[in-house]
Amino acid sequence: MTTFTRGFHGRRRGEDDRLPPGQYLAEDFPVLSAGPTPHVPLDRWEFTIDTEAGQTHRWTWQELTALPYEEPVVDIHCVTSWSKLGTTWRGVSLDVLFEDVESTADYALVYSYGGYTTNLPLDDLMDGKAWIAYRYDGEDLTPSHGGPARLLVPHLYFWKSAKWVHGIRLLTEDWPGFWETAGYHNYGDPWREQRYADD
Amino acid sequence: MTRWRVARLTKVRDENGTARTLVFDVPDWPGHLAGQHVDVKLTAGDGYSARRSYSLAGPEGVELTVQRVPDGEVSPYLTLDMEPGDELELRGPVGGWFVWRPDGPAPVLLVAGGAGIVPLMAMIRARRAAGADTPFRLVYAVRSPEQLCYTDELLRPDPGVSVSLAYTRRAPEGHPRPPGRLTAADLGPYGEADCYVCGPTGFVESAAALLVGLGHDPARIRTERFGPTGD
Repeated sequence: MTTFTRGFHGRRRGEDDRLPPGQYLAEDFPVLSAGPTPHVPLDRWEFTIDTEAGQTHRWTWQELTALPYEEPVVDIHCVTSWSKLGTTWRGVSLDVLFEDVESTADYALVYSYGGYTTNLPLDDLMDGKAWIAYRYDGEDLTPSHGGPARLLVPHLYFWKSAKWVHGIRLLTEDWPGFWETAGYHNYGDPWREQRYADD
Repeated sequence: MTRWRVARLTKVRDENGTARTLVFDVPDWPGHLAGQHVDVKLTAGDGYSARRSYSLAGPEGVELTVQRVPDGEVSPYLTLDMEPGDELELRGPVGGWFVWRPDGPAPVLLVAGGAGIVPLMAMIRARRAAGADTPFRLVYAVRSPEQLCYTDELLRPDPGVSVSLAYTRRAPEGHPRPPGRLTAADLGPYGEADCYVCGPTGFVESAAALLVGLGHDPARIRTERFGPTGD
C-alpha cells in the first residue's frame, strides 16, 4: 500500500530507464567514506592478489599502469540513492590481472589502504565486469574519489567499488566486509534494490 | 528494517532560516543508536516517488533536522510545505558505523560542519539521556551565526560537554575567534578520543586530515559526508 504525501509533487529530474529503482540522478559526484582519506605515495603503492593457496601476485604502480587498459563508460549507483550515468574511467580489467592467477576460490575480499574491506563473489570481478581504475573523466583519480586507484565494479552498489584499493584476497568462503557487517546487503544489486541486510 | 513505515508529522520547529526539525509519529519504531539515519520516501499523487536519507537528531523517537538545499527536490518540501498531519514513508534505522553508544568509555571529539551537526547532536542528546559522564567536546563550524542549529540547547551548560563554535565567514561581534577556515588549533589539543566528523565533503576531508595531523588514530576517526546533491 502506498502512502501519498500531500502537497509533494517532485521534480522528476532525471527520470530515466537507466535508473534502478529508488535512485535519482546526481549531477555532481558525491563522496562517501567512513574515515579519513588515506594518501598513498605512488612509489610505495602496490596492488596484490592473494590466492587461497597462499600465493601472492604483486604489481607496482609502474607495472599496473603499463598493462593494457580499457576506458569503460558506465553508470554508477550509490546505495544512498544517487546515480550517475555515463561516467568515463580508465583502468585495467581484472581479467588481465587474473590471467596468471590460479584459484578455485568462489569469493573475493577486497581490501584498501586505510583498512576498508568489501566482499563479493569472484565471478562478479570477471568477464569484463570490473577494473582497477586510476583515471576518471580524463584526469588522474583524486584521493577523495579513491585515488591513486580504486576498484570499479559498476553493476553493484558503489560501496563495492572500494576506494584506495590495495588488494584482493581470494577465499573459499564468503567473508563479509566493512559495510556488509554494518547493516548493508551482502551482494548489493541495485536493480534488485539490495540496499540493506534484509532486503 | 526493510519495511517502510508510515510516519505522520506531529511537530515542526524552525532551527534557523533554512533548517527545520520535524518530529514524526512512527508506530512500532524499534529505536536506534545516536548517529544512525533513516531513508524517507515521498510519493506524489501520480505515483512518482523520491527518497532521501536524513540523520536522526534525537536519541528517541523519529526526529529529523533537514537543511533546505536550494533547488533541491525533497528538502524544500520538508522544510517549507509539509504540515503536521501529513504523512510520508520511512525506513530504518540505517547505519552501523557512524554511531555512538552510551556505554562507550572513550572521550569523544565531535566535529560538525554546517548541517553535519545533526547526528552529532543526537550523540550529545543520547549522552545526556543516558546520564553518561563520558567527556565530550564539540567543535561546530558554521559560515555565520544565522546558520546555527540548536543554538539555545548548545549554549545551555551541559556538564562534561564543551562546545566551541568556529565561524568560517562571519562571526558575531565580540566572538573571540576571528572568522576563517577550521584549523588544527580549533581541534586540539585533545587526548586520545573517538572522533566523529560530519559535514559537507570538503569540510570532512579537511577536518579529518587535521585530526590525523594532530596524531589521532585514523581508525578512530569516523566520518559522514554529504555532497551538494545529498538533500
